[in-house]
Amino acid sequence: MRRTFLTTIALSLGLAAGVAQAQEKSLTLCWAAWDPANALTELSRDFTAQTGIAMNFEFVPWTSFADRFLNELNSRGKLCDLMIGDSQWLGLAAENGHYVKLNDFFDKEGIDIEDFLPATVYNYSTWPKGSPNYWALPAMGDALAWVYRKDWFARPEIREAFQKEYGRELAPPTTWTELMEVAKFFNGREIDGKVRYGVAIYTERGSEGITMGVTSALYPWGFRYQDPERPYQMEGFVNSPQAVEALEAYKALYECCTPPGHSDAYMVANLDAYKSGQVAMQMNWFAFFPGILKDEEVGAVSGFFVNPRQNEEASVLGGQGISVVSYSDKKDLALQYIKWFAQPEVQQKWWALGGYSAHRAVLEAPDFPKSAPFAGDFLKAMSNVRDFWQEPEYAELLQAMQRRIHDYVVADKGTAKEALDKLIQDWTEIFEDAGKL
Amino acid sequence: MNETPASSDSRSRRAPPAGGAALRPGLSDRTVAWLFVAPTLFLLLAINIFPLLWNVYLSFTNFKANAPGRPLRWLGLRNYERLLANEDIWASMQVTARFVFWSILFQVLLGFALAWLINRRFKGHAFWTTVIVVPMMLSPAVVGVFWTYLFQPQAGIFNYIVNFFYDFGDFTMIGDPDLAMWAIVLVDTWMWTPFVMLICLAGLRAVPDHLYEAAEVDGASSWRQFWTITVPLVLPFLMLAVLFRGIENFKMFDMVVELTSGGPGSATELASIYLKREAFEKWRTGFSAALAVVLFVTVFGVANIYVKVLNRVKER
Repeated sequence: MRRTFLTTIALSLGLAAGVAQAQEKSLTLCWAAWDPANALTELSRDFTAQTGIAMNFEFVPWTSFADRFLNELNSRGKLCDLMIGDSQWLGLAAENGHYVKLNDFFDKEGIDIEDFLPATVYNYSTWPKGSPNYWALPAMGDALAWVYRKDWFARPEIREAFQKEYGRELAPPTTWTELMEVAKFFNGREIDGKVRYGVAIYTERGSEGITMGVTSALYPWGFRYQDPERPYQMEGFVNSPQAVEALEAYKALYECCTPPGHSDAYMVANLDAYKSGQVAMQMNWFAFFPGILKDEEVGAVSGFFVNPRQNEEASVLGGQGISVVSYSDKKDLALQYIKWFAQPEVQQKWWALGGYSAHRAVLEAPDFPKSAPFAGDFLKAMSNVRDFWQEPEYAELLQAMQRRIHDYVVADKGTAKEALDKLIQDWTEIFEDAGKL
Repeated sequence: MNETPASSDSRSRRAPPAGGAALRPGLSDRTVAWLFVAPTLFLLLAINIFPLLWNVYLSFTNFKANAPGRPLRWLGLRNYERLLANEDIWASMQVTARFVFWSILFQVLLGFALAWLINRRFKGHAFWTTVIVVPMMLSPAVVGVFWTYLFQPQAGIFNYIVNFFYDFGDFTMIGDPDLAMWAIVLVDTWMWTPFVMLICLAGLRAVPDHLYEAAEVDGASSWRQFWTITVPLVLPFLMLAVLFRGIENFKMFDMVVELTSGGPGSATELASIYLKREAFEKWRTGFSAALAVVLFVTVFGVANIYVKVLNRVKER
């Protein structure tokens, strides 16, 4: 009896030790809760199979993503060993020591950062911008683009009506002027017995939605954040006539052609509006396009187009790099994950599963543009992406823009020029506080 | 059996001390009292008083909670000067004032009316009281989310009901800057009118029946009884409800964040939402600490004046 008891105790202790060891060999990766996160979960099974390191995931909805994980970093939390954080966080994370600098690791492991697309390295990895200081490995290339109802665009009666009204063929817009025309054309039109609307655009107030949306108009109009010769001098750039025109265009698009109640909409709201057949077009991140393609309702009838040009070609940068959190107790294991993730064959599988690789071996493969209906547009977009401020004061700068733009576009307060003038005042105050002005 | 001197001494040691003296030698009444109070006092100091004083200190600095390594600079009154000159803060204070005023007005009117009806003790009044108080038992965040669906212009039932009576077309309650304020007032009124009703009901039931009987004997009309007996006697209760709701609505946050996020634009950006954005999104901790001090002083000051008025009314 006593022997049995002792054996049971020994087995229990052994089991507990085994569990503890297994828990020790695990990593937690923090990211947003969206389609690519599911693909990464799938992909990471290979890592666990090869190394025995279990992967845990902390995925948070986009609307609270920045709040949640910036708080985690600022409070020096140990929840995340690996962080796929927004490109705009780099300045903050690098200057406050939240991320591990990866230069020595890259050198030691023979990871060549030039294997990744230059735009992604510049935006997702380097701080100060363009310097050879790497804080992340490009993990998920992304940009803002558009989806449209290919089936509606192809209907003879609709094409005829459009031709009659605008004197040209109905096609995916290539300029913002055309985008406005197409949106107006579809808005209020009855298709299959239902009233449809022109377009679903970003208008969200709480996190970053309307800023991402409106910059997709500002950049093609030629918007610049500052004087290239005099950093942080924004007068005449942020409120340039082109910027004013772009902002007015975005407001006009919102007022004319969005579904009723589309006043606080971000990614999911746009997807819902599109999938439910309310709108002819939606803006959204490339990251969602594989999911749209697989959708039973709209997958077969969806087409894609890159952000239209106006005065120049430009797309809003999305996507993120993967970093090692400096407060993690498992930095070695986390670096092991990055080493594994950087391999071309893993990157190839990442793309195949629905993630967006930034590895040149994947993107520059001859058959890549044909690998998905949006692959060519993705390459085109990534060649001219532009990003929001990446300064350590990113969060303040973003919130100021959210307020001014939402006040003008959605709440109809003041003029576009006034909104941009006020934005310059806000940003100037922030840079003054930071000692940069 | 005779008692030995030793046993007598032992009993005297065990005997309770006269006049509630110390439980053990060396601990006075005062010490024991302090020992009992100390944990609570410590918690009060640690959780309430210290953070309050620390907040006041931070309001004079350039502290940023997301950059703790940054050198702390003493700014004097600069945060307060900026705050008072900031148009956006004044706008958010106006929004808060409008929200507090309208929501309390409707809650008092409806709450009193419902209490009046329930007090008539009609058949099933207990059941209806329970039904009426259900909204205030819900979480404000849940109420906010729930009402965003009701207000949805295409599928929400709110627009359907309104358009059933008069066709306003595709209006949107929370997306229209002119209607959004009324949307949050409506939801807050829906949720908290039962609370005011319960307090009024307590007031109505506290009015002695003999006053009405005496008034009837004197030939006073129902209207006269209402204005000269009911209203004056229920007024302190009503004022108490206004005080509770006023303080609550002044710091309202969760329900409005879920419903409108302070939008469209800043049409429903209450002072508490503005403060949260400054403190935890822009990370201007010093500046937001100054704003918190101003809000605290405002609520504290107004509540104090109000309580004095309330006491005077009660004395009458």
